[in-house]
Amino acid sequence: MSFRVETDMHRRRRSQNLGVAICLVLFIGLVTVLSLVKITNTGPVEGYDHAPRSSVTKEASQ
Amino acid sequence: MAKVANHNAEYDPVFGDYVALLKPRVMSLVVFTAFVGLMAAPVRLHPVEAFCAILFIAIGGGASGSLNMWWDADIDAIMRRTKSRPIPSGRTSPDAALGLGVALSGLSVLMLGLAANWHAAAWLAFTIFFYAVIYTIWLKRATPQNIVIGGAAGAFPPLIGWVAATGSVSIEAVLMFALIFMWTPPHFWALALFMRSDYDDADVPMLTVTHGRPATRRHILAYAVLQAALAIGLAFTSIGGLIYLTVALICNTIVLKDALRIWRRDEQASEADNFKVERSFFKFSLLYLFVHFLAILAEALLAPYGLGGWS
Repeated sequence: MSFRVETDMHRRRRSQNLGVAICLVLFIGLVTVLSLVKITNTGPVEGYDHAPRSSVTKEASQ
Repeated sequence: MAKVANHNAEYDPVFGDYVALLKPRVMSLVVFTAFVGLMAAPVRLHPVEAFCAILFIAIGGGASGSLNMWWDADIDAIMRRTKSRPIPSGRTSPDAALGLGVALSGLSVLMLGLAANWHAAAWLAFTIFFYAVIYTIWLKRATPQNIVIGGAAGAFPPLIGWVAATGSVSIEAVLMFALIFMWTPPHFWALALFMRSDYDDADVPMLTVTHGRPATRRHILAYAVLQAALAIGLAFTSIGGLIYLTVALICNTIVLKDALRIWRRDEQASEADNFKVERSFFKFSLLYLFVHFLAILAEALLAPYGLGGWS
């Protein structure tokens, strides 16, 4: 026997919580997929790593 | 905004009540027209980016709908058409609608900027501001031209869809905007002709009340003529073609014929047949917009097979 009495308020709050949880999970999934698409569609990126970069050295520009 | 006192603090809303605050029926129109704007554009987005762009344009539209319900809760409680909305029926509080509207406005603009580009995000932000502040708060209760101004807000989605794909505004995007902009006033004025008590009761200055019903009939005809010119003009841009031109010619002939009949009729004739022509104009105008955008979409989808467009 359950000690907790199921009321209409519980049902409504469960609906709210479940809806918000599903939206959050879908949003996280969407941002992840979007990030992957953005990263894979971007060309090679040359980072600033304090080392001479071939594309900006004098030799490369000549 | 007048306070609505009938919200029951112990009555927790279900998730569907929050969805209802976003006006899902209006959102479906936003999704469709934004999708057509995006598909008709000469630049193709990655399907995931396109999906995100449409989703966040729709959420932005929904957010402005929630802000509209927050501000208009007092008049929504009076009008038969709107009294079952979440706030007037006591299912949610006005504060919840305000919070949801502000939060989703910020989220949708930010995410559209990240998913597509910041130009499209700026247009979405402007659309939300235009609908929620300029239309709902400033002008809806102040001018009989409220429908014209509100129509502009509803006309932005295809333009935003186009900008999301191309990054800039062009004549095609402006014409798609103009088509919805011109379509909205006669659509709602026809509704006001046969649903008059609703707007009168809520003290919303509709053209039917402030300028009279014969003036409204003249306005419907004038806008129908402008709408026809724009709709047919759109056929000769890069997103038009033979399919679109055929649809535009047929639909606009029907609309102009009905608008002429509305203009010629007087109240006695309308009441005698329970506003048959006005009702038929209103019903057909729903189909009118859908069919025009469907034709634009068909031109875009058939173009790669040499069937769409003028080339």
